[in-house]
Order: sequence, then C-alpha cells, then structure tokens
Amino acid sequence: MGEILAASLVNGLLTGGIYALVALGLTLIYGVLHIVNFAHGSLLMMAMFGTWLLAAQLGIDPYLALPLMTAVMFAVGWSLYRFVIGRISRGDDRAILLATLGVAVVLDNLALVLFTGNTRQIETPWTFAVLEVGPLLISVPKLISFGVALILAALLWSFMARTDMGRAIRAVAREPEGARLMGIRPDRIFALAYGIGTALLGAAACLLLPIFYVSPGVGSVFVLVAFTIVVLGGMGSFPGALVGGLLIGMTESVGGLVLGESLGPISISLVFIATLLLRPTGLFRGAR
Amino acid sequence: MLEVRNLSAGYGPISVLEEISFSVGAGEIMAVLGANGAGKTTLNRVLSGLIKPRSGSVRFDDKDITNGAHDAIVQAGLIHVPEGRKIFPNLTVRDNLLLGAYLRGRAQRDATLEEVLATFPRLRERLGQLAGSMSGGEQQMLAIGRGLMAQPRMLILDEPSLGLSPLLTEELFALIARLNASGLTIMLVEQNVVQTLALATRAVVIEHGRVVLEGATADMEGDERLRAAYLGI
Repeated sequence: MGEILAASLVNGLLTGGIYALVALGLTLIYGVLHIVNFAHGSLLMMAMFGTWLLAAQLGIDPYLALPLMTAVMFAVGWSLYRFVIGRISRGDDRAILLATLGVAVVLDNLALVLFTGNTRQIETPWTFAVLEVGPLLISVPKLISFGVALILAALLWSFMARTDMGRAIRAVAREPEGARLMGIRPDRIFALAYGIGTALLGAAACLLLPIFYVSPGVGSVFVLVAFTIVVLGGMGSFPGALVGGLLIGMTESVGGLVLGESLGPISISLVFIATLLLRPTGLFRGAR
Repeated sequence: MLEVRNLSAGYGPISVLEEISFSVGAGEIMAVLGANGAGKTTLNRVLSGLIKPRSGSVRFDDKDITNGAHDAIVQAGLIHVPEGRKIFPNLTVRDNLLLGAYLRGRAQRDATLEEVLATFPRLRERLGQLAGSMSGGEQQMLAIGRGLMAQPRMLILDEPSLGLSPLLTEELFALIARLNASGLTIMLVEQNVVQTLALATRAVVIEHGRVVLEGATADMEGDERLRAAYLGI
C-alpha cells in the first residue's frame, strides 16, 4: 500500500507541474491583471496544434520547438490584446470578459473546421522514457515539464519583482491613472503582459505534447483546474501557482486512488473549498 | 514656462472649462484657487494629457503640448502629482519611487532616488513597506517623491494638503517652498486659501470654469472676487 501511495504521490506531483505550467500564464493574466481570460484554454489548444503540426508535418521535436512556439504565442497573445480584446473592451471589465469568451468560441470552432474533432497524438523518443528510482517509475517527459515549471515560476517571479516592466504591470493593474501620470501607457503594458501569459502556453504546449493528446476541446481539460490553482495559490502569486498546481496534482492523484478514478476530481474541489474557508486570500500573498 | 490660452474642456455634453488663459513663469509658485467643482482638476487632467481639450492651446517650454500624449508630456518634464495621490498601494515604497523614473535612464535613477530620499527621510525608513499600508501624510510624501523621481522641470500639485492635519499641512508647505527654492517651478492647486496665498508668488482664481482673477498674491488678500469665488456669492 505504501508503495502504491508513494507512486501515486509522485505521479500527482509531476502532473501538478503540468497544471502549474498552464496556471502560470493565467496567474499573470487573471491573477495580476484581473482579466477573466476565457480564451486561456483555447490558446493552449492552439499552441498544442501548432506544436503538433511542427512535429507531425516537419518532424520537429516538441522540445526543440519550445523557443519558437513561445515566441509565436507571445506574438499571438500580444496581437490578440492589441487589436481585438483591448480594442473591443476599452478597459471595461465586463467587455473584456465577453471579448475573451468570443475569442475562445472563434478559436475552438476554427480548430474544429481545420482539424475536425478527432484527438491526435504524436510519439517522440521521450514519450515512454522512464527513470527507475528505487521502486518508483518516473516518466521522463513529466519530469522535464516539472523542472521547466519550476524554472519558469522562478523567472516570472523575479521578472515581476525586479524589472521596470514587472513593476509597471503590477502598477497598471491597480492604479492605471497614476501609472499614466508616470508616463506608462497602460494599453501597451496590458498587451505585453497578455503576450507573456500567452507565451507561457506555448511552452506548456511543447512540454505537454509528448505525453498528452490534442483535440479542439483539450483546453477545457486544463483551464478550469488552472483557474482553481490561481485562486488557491493566491491571486497573482507565481510561487502560489506552482505550489497550488503541485497540490492539486497530488490531491487529484491520491483522490483517484482512494475514491476511484471517476470520483477523484471531487477531491480537487474539496481541497479548494477547504482552502477558501481557512485562507480566503489563497496560500500566498500575490504580486497584485 | 507654461502658457495656457483660451482653453476649453469638458466631459460629454458638460462643459467644465471655458476659455481659460493664464501663464506660469519659470521658477515661480503659481497658485490655482477655486471652490469645489470650479474645474481645477479638469484643468490638470488636460495639462497632463489625460483628457483632450475642446479648444485652446497649451505651451510648455515654448513647445505646443495641447494634444500631446501623456507620456510625451512626462518626457518633457511636466509632472502632475494628482489629487488623491494615486500611488500604487500594492507596490513597495521603493518600487513606487522607481516607477516615477519610468521614462528616465537607469543611469541617473539611483542618484535621483538618493536625492528624493534625502528630501523625505521618512520614506527611506519605509522603503520595503507596501505603499498602501502607510498613513495619509506619508502617502502624500510618496506621491510627491514619485513625481520628483521623474526629474520634473515643472510640478503640478493637485490638492496636496487634502486630508492632512494642520501640522502636516504646514510641513508640506514648507517642503514646497524648499523645492521651489531649489529651482523647481510649481503650480499649486489648492482649496487652502490663506496658506497658499502666503506661499505662492502669483495666483489665478477660477470660478465656474472661468478665470475671474489673476495676479500677484500680495494684491489678492481681501479681494472681494476671491471671497466670492469661494463662497459663491
């Protein structure tokens, strides 16, 4: 029993790393900027199809495609905010919500038209690689995504805390008029931050593809969990998103073990509700 | 240094400023006086490029900035410390100050920060504290300090004494005098008439969006039109 539990915990921890990856971008967009980004899952799906195309058509390994996909998704996110979301909403929260929902609907249906509803998968040399640690079998691609999640969380945290741009993002989110009086242009900062949040999805997609399928609906697998993690970790906190992601991953895994696969996800909600009751501000103080 | 000519502005169908004209000379403290709703804050928002005027012109340092973008105006050195401070409560005092120098080079920033901290020793003690957790007086100091970080050629102070105790207000006005003595041109927008007239060299009085009086402060005390502008009679 102890071995099964340990295996389940490790597997959950590694899956949690993937959840954290998806949640990091949302932490910036939703946690810091307070944009309820309904398009987050669809943008992840789009990045995954992009990575899949590169792998299936051109034979480019998803890990090699990571820098390219990150850059491409930054450009996608930046343009999306600059020319669509920002322009439609003009800073009005309710309009932003509808704009991101609209983007999600368009992207999801575009994917259905282009790729049909089928699920697709690729096999890379890494897909089934495992590492034996004592009695445990550790999936190498999951371990890699776990490591990258750690690195990205640390990078984002220091970017937000130590750079002018990071300070400006936090300032604009809370006090846009004060920021304008310092010569900061909120529209540009928002587009940039939305771009960075979307770029993270490009990285997440490349790390996911060796172990996960892609379909037009794949975003919904992750996006609800990601919103949960952002709130659980503390709105706008990158360490919070990381710890929250790992916690959710382990909870889901052990919950599945104890309650059975179909009831496992309930444990996520239980942990979430308990956290909100005991610590309504989330686990960490955010960079808000 | 600042030339405002026939400036009109408003929001939607409401006209707030009508054909306002006045000027601020280099090195002086110009007071802008007027009751609540006279249009003082709207005037500041136009000058700093937050809203566009309907007509008229604004020249700063002999350059037309009438329809200038807010960041270009900051770049030119016209810095507006707004009513209600509008500091970043979620950032530390240090981060607030550093953002004041957002458009200035990193090279000079540390030196400017030292100067500002020398002016406001209290801010030095609180560098790592979240700005929102400070008292009103300290937040006002921070707002002015953040404005100074932008290396202003002219500073617009909008109701800096609002919500401060009489003692802190006195401290604040002494500070404004010191800043001015060091060569900074200041436009002081206030409701605190007596102290402002004592500090400023010249003043312009606004009533219902129009200039009713402009001149040296020495001639203004006891002027009926000043009283009328405040009491609305």
